[in-house]
Amino acid sequence: MREIISASRIHSDLVRNVEEISGEHLLACNQCGKCSAGCPVASVMDMLPSQVIRMAQLGMEDVLESNTIWICASCLTCVTRCPKGVNLPRMMEALREVSLRSGVTKLDLDSLPPELVRELPQLAIVGGFRKYMK
Amino acid sequence: MGVPYYPGCTLSTNAKGYDRSGRAVAAALGMELVELPEWQCCGATFPLATDNSLALIAPTRILYQAEQQGDRVAALCAICYHVLKRTQTTLARDTEMHDRINWFTEQDYQGRVTVSHLLEILRDDVGWEALAQKVVRPLTGLRAAPYYGCLLLRPYDEIGMDDPENPSILHDLLRALGAEVVDFPYNIECCGSYLTVKEPGISENLSQDIVASARDHQAQVIVTACPLCQFNLEYPQREKASGRTGDEIPVVYFTQLMAVALGLPEEEWGMETGHFVDPRPLFNGK
Ligand code: SF4
Ligand code: SF4
Repeated sequence: MREIISASRIHSDLVRNVEEISGEHLLACNQCGKCSAGCPVASVMDMLPSQVIRMAQLGMEDVLESNTIWICASCLTCVTRCPKGVNLPRMMEALREVSLRSGVTKLDLDSLPPELVRELPQLAIVGGFRKYMK
Repeated sequence: MGVPYYPGCTLSTNAKGYDRSGRAVAAALGMELVELPEWQCCGATFPLATDNSLALIAPTRILYQAEQQGDRVAALCAICYHVLKRTQTTLARDTEMHDRINWFTEQDYQGRVTVSHLLEILRDDVGWEALAQKVVRPLTGLRAAPYYGCLLLRPYDEIGMDDPENPSILHDLLRALGAEVVDFPYNIECCGSYLTVKEPGISENLSQDIVASARDHQAQVIVTACPLCQFNLEYPQREKASGRTGDEIPVVYFTQLMAVALGLPEEEWGMETGHFVDPRPLFNGK
């Protein structure tokens, strides 16, 4: 894959938005990979959590297409272990927010099985609404 | 002694057994959990976006309500606790945000209230020794696996209840109740949380790994403080058309085991609803 890295991309709106919403500096991450090593859902992500940060650092908009940002469960394991003190779940949330604020919706309420809705703890439903739609 | 108490939505609906047993064991220890006269949903997620002040309004309203009742508020639901505690810490550190929320709600939340999980009250105010002395029906021989999950412990710098990588509070509680504590490696792994709404397959896989690990360590019961963990770990073990496999492990709230050990009547255990694997056979005839 050929990727062009340019100063304009690194100073793009995406980078600015993610840093502003998350309150984190993307370049603080030195790509050690510890977050990906301990992420409980890494095996079903199309991109590792550390790769998502790398793409975001470089202003690569494709990162918004990754399923990783929606599969991140905000379990906060990575933030407990990051040697650089990077708050990765905040960055994941910022990427979800950029996407949701542009009008994307990730939860189709009609598709939820009624027997599941009946049994789900209320907080899961409220939490799901908050994470997947605006 | 009365302690102001925030039950939250889930404990008032699908997890009534947690509320019931929690109130009963607190009362048995001489503390009454006094429900806040007015409350609403905390929002169930703590906003990770720093510009999302809207999501801090509901929990701040709860903290304000609590402040009218005393200097602390107790919670049982790990997620309510997480949201309230982080809101309290966030507003204590960010005075500008604190002022903005108060301006919006037109309530004068002062930031005086401490948010405590019942587990912290048991450890810090009651003490494990004193609790052990109240046990009339020790859970001798019961292999109980403490499962912490995520939000009770993380992030440490805002929650600070216990060591986030090697916690002990549930272990200590179970020991005080006389149970045999099963230490298993998945006790702080994520159950999938709200992924269960959108990606149930993923949370089911995570949960099955956790239950399988507990089973490998011969646990008879898994013990939690979170209604979402309880659901995620138990629901995949529900009775299916193919019947039961016979190696299910019930997932109970720590308050339910306390209710048994403190010798409270069976209706106070709160086990008749909210379970997909009935835990009661474990205690019959004991
Ligand atoms: S652990 Fe921290 S520094 Fe290492 S790759 Fe992940 S976010 Fe970057
Ligand atoms: S917060 Fe998200 S990225 Fe970090 S370990 Fe958990 S699921 Fe993985």
